[in-house]
Amino acid sequence: MIYLDHNATTPLHPRALEAMLPFFEKSFGNPSSYHRIGRQARTAVEQSRTRIAQLLGCDAPEIIFTSGATEADNLAIRGIAQALRSRGTHIITSTVEHHAVLKTCQALEAAGWHVTYLPVDRAGRVDPADLEKNIRADTILISIMYANNETGVVQPLADLSTIARRHGILFHTDAVQAFGKLPLPRAPQICDLMSLSSHKIYGPKGIGALYVKKGTPLTPVLTGGHHEFGLRAGTENVPAIVGFATAAEIAWNSCTQESVRLAGLRDRFEEQLLASIPEIIIHGKAAHRLPNTSSISFLSVESESILLHLDLMGICASAGSACTTGEPEPSHVLRAMGCTPQVAQTSVRFSFGRETSEGDLDTVIKALETTIRKLRGISSIA
Amino acid sequence: MKNDMHDWKKAYAPAAQQEFEEHQGPVLFYNETVIDHFTNPRNVGEMADADGYALIGDPSCGDQMKLWIKVEQGILVDIKFKSFGCPGAIATSSMATVLAKGKSISEAKKLTDDDVIRALGGIPENKAHCSLMGVGALHAAIRDYEQRHANVSPESDSEHAP
Repeated sequence: MIYLDHNATTPLHPRALEAMLPFFEKSFGNPSSYHRIGRQARTAVEQSRTRIAQLLGCDAPEIIFTSGATEADNLAIRGIAQALRSRGTHIITSTVEHHAVLKTCQALEAAGWHVTYLPVDRAGRVDPADLEKNIRADTILISIMYANNETGVVQPLADLSTIARRHGILFHTDAVQAFGKLPLPRAPQICDLMSLSSHKIYGPKGIGALYVKKGTPLTPVLTGGHHEFGLRAGTENVPAIVGFATAAEIAWNSCTQESVRLAGLRDRFEEQLLASIPEIIIHGKAAHRLPNTSSISFLSVESESILLHLDLMGICASAGSACTTGEPEPSHVLRAMGCTPQVAQTSVRFSFGRETSEGDLDTVIKALETTIRKLRGISSIA
Repeated sequence: MKNDMHDWKKAYAPAAQQEFEEHQGPVLFYNETVIDHFTNPRNVGEMADADGYALIGDPSCGDQMKLWIKVEQGILVDIKFKSFGCPGAIATSSMATVLAKGKSISEAKKLTDDDVIRALGGIPENKAHCSLMGVGALHAAIRDYEQRHANVSPESDSEHAP
């Protein structure tokens, strides 16, 4: 089996699993409990918070654990929108955001807020000058992702956040795909809020975090107990938090080396595909991209048909969208980059990870050659 | 029996296990027949001297297909298709051609997407719309054939134009 879907999720790192186990068993306590079993759990949660804060270069109380990045995005956007409602109701985001951001913004629009969706260029980048032009007196939040999940395109975050700061507007970034894959600047330097996910970096599913810069006004979305400094009610998922911190440290510490290795694999993979399969488009190639992501359109061949052929050969990849994933519309990311619906419908995403080797990719290239030849043979688009 | 009832594992575990094994949920993935028609689609190709032709698209997902028919004595003697589509579209198109080939025009017109799905042994629910492609293209090609031959023999579809 060759797994090339690391932007969807990753296998749990054995050391993360090992770190988690005691908190399912003997240290099962509720971190809010008074007694010793509870205190063990509380200590584990706070140590994990500190470990993640150290990676981001922030203070521990600025890390809020959530059930994942979707919840972190919701907390950031809804939380700021509610907290600053009297000051303004305008939010700026981009057309290529993850649905956790896009659908949240759309929900706020339906509830009376105003949202500007910044377009991207053909390489998938937001233009900082365009951001500045769209800032209004009532703009309260700018939310732009760090790196795109489908194409790997990295946004000019430093420029974007500098503009936000100059105008005194809060800046949120969904850094799910960048965290642990790219060497990042200190979080406080580039944003006010940052969403993180654990299972994209070999941690467990069901846990994420939101970095919230000290002093940022935020109204909780989930109300209840006093957990997470009153910003996220609900008993902490202790084993997952511990696994997340462990995985984050491993990913962070190996990131520089691993990103060089993966970029080498990706560049070789793309060069060989370009040489052996005609009529392909590599999306976002002109932009700075995540080292592990390759989004490719194989013209005149439908993406799910490619995925199934690969799956039957033991190769796991993904499409920007496919009816099977419940998302019948062609990828909104590729559409925003100027692709026709039909070109968007031919795209496959390969996202590499720790286990990916050069030999794996040679196998995938061969599999793609036969698959594309076969499917083009039956395609009605000549 | 009474003793068994006190042991919850004995009382409930076998029933739960059975329920899991016999669970009839939605079809989540393609079955072997569908995979077979996807990896080895029947009647793929083009036809230079076709009697009827259709090009149809599914605007909801961007799929597209072309289908050609050859008619002799009111019988679909040959069908060819090409498809830019998902596995569901390719497999259902392949099965539609298998079901229609050798049938009379009037029989082929009665063919429905449900017939195709049944012949394949079911397809995932969210793929049902893909099955409309094959049958839709077949019916459109038959309409094209009938229109081409309407002025020649309006009363009968069994007459083949010279």
